[in-house]
Amino acid sequence: MDAKEIIARRVALEVKTDMLVNLGIGLPSMVANYLPEDVDIFFQAENGVIGLGARPPEGMEDADLTDAGGGFVTAVPGAASIDSAMSFGLIRGGHLDMTVLGGLQVDERGYLANWMVPGKMVPGMGGAMDLVAGAKRVIVAMVHTAKGRPKIVPECTLPLTARRRVSLIVSELAVIEPTEAGLVLRELGPDASVAQVREATTADLIVEGDVPAMALA
Amino acid sequence: MKTATKVEDAAALIPEGAVLHIGGFMGVGSPHRLIDGLVARGVGGFTIVANDTAMPGTGIGKLVTAGLVARAIVSHIGLNPETQAKMIAGEIDVELVPQGTLVERIRAAGVGLGGVLTATGVGTLVQEGKRVIEIDGKDYLLEKPIKADFALIAAKAADYKGNLEYSLTAHNFNPIMALAADTVIAEPQTILPVGAIPPDAVKTPGVLVDYLLERGH
Repeated sequence: MDAKEIIARRVALEVKTDMLVNLGIGLPSMVANYLPEDVDIFFQAENGVIGLGARPPEGMEDADLTDAGGGFVTAVPGAASIDSAMSFGLIRGGHLDMTVLGGLQVDERGYLANWMVPGKMVPGMGGAMDLVAGAKRVIVAMVHTAKGRPKIVPECTLPLTARRRVSLIVSELAVIEPTEAGLVLRELGPDASVAQVREATTADLIVEGDVPAMALA
Repeated sequence: MKTATKVEDAAALIPEGAVLHIGGFMGVGSPHRLIDGLVARGVGGFTIVANDTAMPGTGIGKLVTAGLVARAIVSHIGLNPETQAKMIAGEIDVELVPQGTLVERIRAAGVGLGGVLTATGVGTLVQEGKRVIEIDGKDYLLEKPIKADFALIAAKAADYKGNLEYSLTAHNFNPIMALAADTVIAEPQTILPVGAIPPDAVKTPGVLVDYLLERGH
């Protein structure tokens, strides 16, 4: 199992029946592949649908129905199409139960940076700032290091996405919960050790007793 | 009763340097025939207000490629390397705005509000130069309205009175932008007799629409 699959399978366990969930593009979107069968939820795509479905068959796409990455999708029975004001009203207004996003850095305050690298990559924040500021739960799904460079750091050096403590960080090595006291190591990835996680993390980690292995969907 | 306007006549209404609200999300729900008409006419210097600049060869990306955009107020340019290159070269002035803030700034202009207060962007680069207003102990940014000279709207269907109906994720910014410009030009996929769009399905009342583009061929 590669790192991304581990992360997607662990995040899938955070999704509970009746939630409205927004998955970011890339790794976060993989979470949909591993949901337990008895979990009945709606996915929101911020470009304007509640009840995002799977990819349509080749040649049967509707040009007016895409996800926030611009890929063709379907809508599930019970879906609703909404305009951008309604879509972001749901996000900012506390109606979105969970958002799962990728990350460039997360720091000891639990603050996320994921929208630009000054001088290198300026794609724009899209909906990320609204999602992180407004969703009830914010889960950062990211590989633990970038080419060996730690991404969980004492203080973000990249521009912040929001001044809000995220709810959970899930990597292939660990599940980490940002708290008032700091970053608490809650679970270890398959075959990972506390020492290994500390080695790959420059932020201070709080370790309370034995850390259990993460369950995977 | 509206009259059907030819693409070239609609494009000719728009002078050099105009501020344009343009609907669409990565080209989905964009007024493609109007955009082609503007490219064919070749008059530019526009300020574009839109969710994104799509991709080269698609939607608003065509205006960027043709060199008609002087300024872009958008949430995302990540999928258009030409916009990024022109931004770095100083050919296009880009203001990046969080997606939910962008739609509410447009809505504010359209519904007579002096601005909106949002927690999105507090403590980030988006806060720079803006007033922070504390309401009941929570910080919000004062975000000002964005009005346009023209709104270029894509719709699924119009009737002879200019009432508009939208489709799936092709709603996005269109119904909001139709409120927020001096002149509204709508590009429906089909035009139907009055009464064919039931009142409950009308998302943009025809009283907001100044020009209706003739049917596509």
